[in-house]
Amino acid sequence: MKKTLTFLSTICLLLGAGTALSAGKLSIYHWFEYIPQELLDKFASQHDVEVTMDTFDSNEALLAALKGGKLGSYDVAVPGDYMVEILHNEGMLDTIADGELKNKGNILPQWVDVSFDPGRIHSIPYQWGSTSFTVNRDDYQGDIRTTDLIFNPPAELSGKINVLDSQGEVLALASIHLGIEQCTNDREKLKQLNELVQGAKPHWASFISDGAKDVLVSGEAAVGMIWNGFSAKARAENPSLEYSYPKEGYVVWMDNVVLLKDAPNRENALKFMDFLLEPENAAAVTNFAQYTAGVANVGDLLDPEIVASPELNPPSDAPAGQFVQVCKEETQVLYDAIWTNLKK
Amino acid sequence: MSNPPHGVFAPIRHWLLLPSWLTIGFLMVSPVLIMLVYSFLTKEFRGGVIWEFTFAAYDQFFIDRGLFGDEPPQIEWTYINIFWRSTWQAGLATLLCLFIGFPTAYYIATRPASTRNIWVFLITIPYWVNLLIRTVSMKFLIRDNGPINAWLLQTGLITEPISLINTPIAVQLGLFYSYLPFMVLPLYAAIERFDFSLSEAAADLYAHRWYTLWHIIIPNIKAGIIAGCILVFIPSLGAFLAPDLLGGAKNFMIGSLIEEQFKGTAGNWPFGAAASMILLTAVLLVMMLHARNQKIDAAHQGH
Repeated sequence: MKKTLTFLSTICLLLGAGTALSAGKLSIYHWFEYIPQELLDKFASQHDVEVTMDTFDSNEALLAALKGGKLGSYDVAVPGDYMVEILHNEGMLDTIADGELKNKGNILPQWVDVSFDPGRIHSIPYQWGSTSFTVNRDDYQGDIRTTDLIFNPPAELSGKINVLDSQGEVLALASIHLGIEQCTNDREKLKQLNELVQGAKPHWASFISDGAKDVLVSGEAAVGMIWNGFSAKARAENPSLEYSYPKEGYVVWMDNVVLLKDAPNRENALKFMDFLLEPENAAAVTNFAQYTAGVANVGDLLDPEIVASPELNPPSDAPAGQFVQVCKEETQVLYDAIWTNLKK
Repeated sequence: MSNPPHGVFAPIRHWLLLPSWLTIGFLMVSPVLIMLVYSFLTKEFRGGVIWEFTFAAYDQFFIDRGLFGDEPPQIEWTYINIFWRSTWQAGLATLLCLFIGFPTAYYIATRPASTRNIWVFLITIPYWVNLLIRTVSMKFLIRDNGPINAWLLQTGLITEPISLINTPIAVQLGLFYSYLPFMVLPLYAAIERFDFSLSEAAADLYAHRWYTLWHIIIPNIKAGIIAGCILVFIPSLGAFLAPDLLGGAKNFMIGSLIEEQFKGTAGNWPFGAAASMILLTAVLLVMMLHARNQKIDAAHQGH
């Protein structure tokens, strides 16, 4: 996608027609494989804007790039919930004034006053979903609605488990398994957490994030931590895969489009945010990525199969999911140490 | 060398080297200097540095004060073990490359001159493809239900698939395969220049084949062997694709440990810089030791 755009813009430059072709520019910093190309093309032609996009593969990589001098070269980025708060604390977000977004009213009420951006003054919802795990039913027929399958697995699953290579999500799910709060300073609880993951590691085959779907589809892993939409895509390729909403709880997340500080094309960034808040376009993203939009009135525009998918519909007795929390520095150091200790 | 320079370029001879010096200065020396300075700065939470001098990064590398930082200081083995594991893996990969690369290079160098280029060409073909793609392909080949296991099961040689993926053996295989041509090509260049009349002379004087190999051929192509070993060892030491994709990213290697400091949750730039400096120092020490040994050798031979 990025290559195609770069290629196209190169051709425009070669023809010496770059400025003549489009009135403005928009520079997006986005996750990989998360927006359909047709949607970018649609925005480009509707607003006569030349769109370029770079991609990242983790919230931390986004932060590192912005800290490393990329702030000022992108207009919008798509951080997850906790990263919105971190970017705001770092002073990297611009404020959207009242009335600057025509479609702000389209945001579903429960996603307006969110803890990571109360009142939505820096961001709009992109998509949200959950992080839990998926089980290959050919390999395991027992009860899958328990985090024991990851942290205290039965003998037949030992050595066939993949976890995400993501400190935040693994340690959050481990905390949910133990029933302790995230970002705790309590020594006993932290020791418990450390011992839990140390004890579980011998049962884990790998720490893979970008191949989380592939290891499940290929049968390399019988149990794998994964995001719900990604799991739906995995099920399409291997019908014996089943996503679990554990009784102990699971992680929820929301990705958001933020207006970056020093955006070179602030006007177009706001137009793009308005564009994504239109139900038709939010639905196009959901139909592509198979997560859930945070925008009202998308229902009729969605692919019925996606609406009914088991990955997007937790059982009625499932507890509410937990967002990954942002720890203070002195606490974060302890979680970093537990993670390094786990992977040493 | 003692003759004064002559020719039309003589007056500007030194200036002509300027582009090379600038390139080396900007692209090699200055990044290392930045890392050196950063390794002594205070870390900023979630990446970045604060301009206050401290040994904290080196302290974290070598001293263990327990999870909560209040136990009596002990030697920190975590990072030393990560370095040791990487060194061991890289060393083994180098030996394997030498073991397979030497006969390969020898074979190519002893073909008729007209066909040698074709052999070299064949060696390089797989390396036209990006390293990432090759590593992923290797993963597909060796996994439990991949073609190699399927074939072995079908022939009845094994009854259970061999579990290779996500083991240190898979990492080793990946490193060996990634860097093999870096061993073959310098060895080939050295063996091709070797005067084979010397080994014929040795044979005429009743030297055993192994004796000829050890005492005639190897000493003459030593420079090629050392170049090949360095070219395989150094990149293997910092490799993170093979450990991540084939080893399942279960354990940090030097490369992934440093990457985590800059791109991961830890965001500890001074510590990443310090780990890089410690690695650089260790590699430099080995190289200097090698250079010193060579000087001693040269002195013994009366050069």
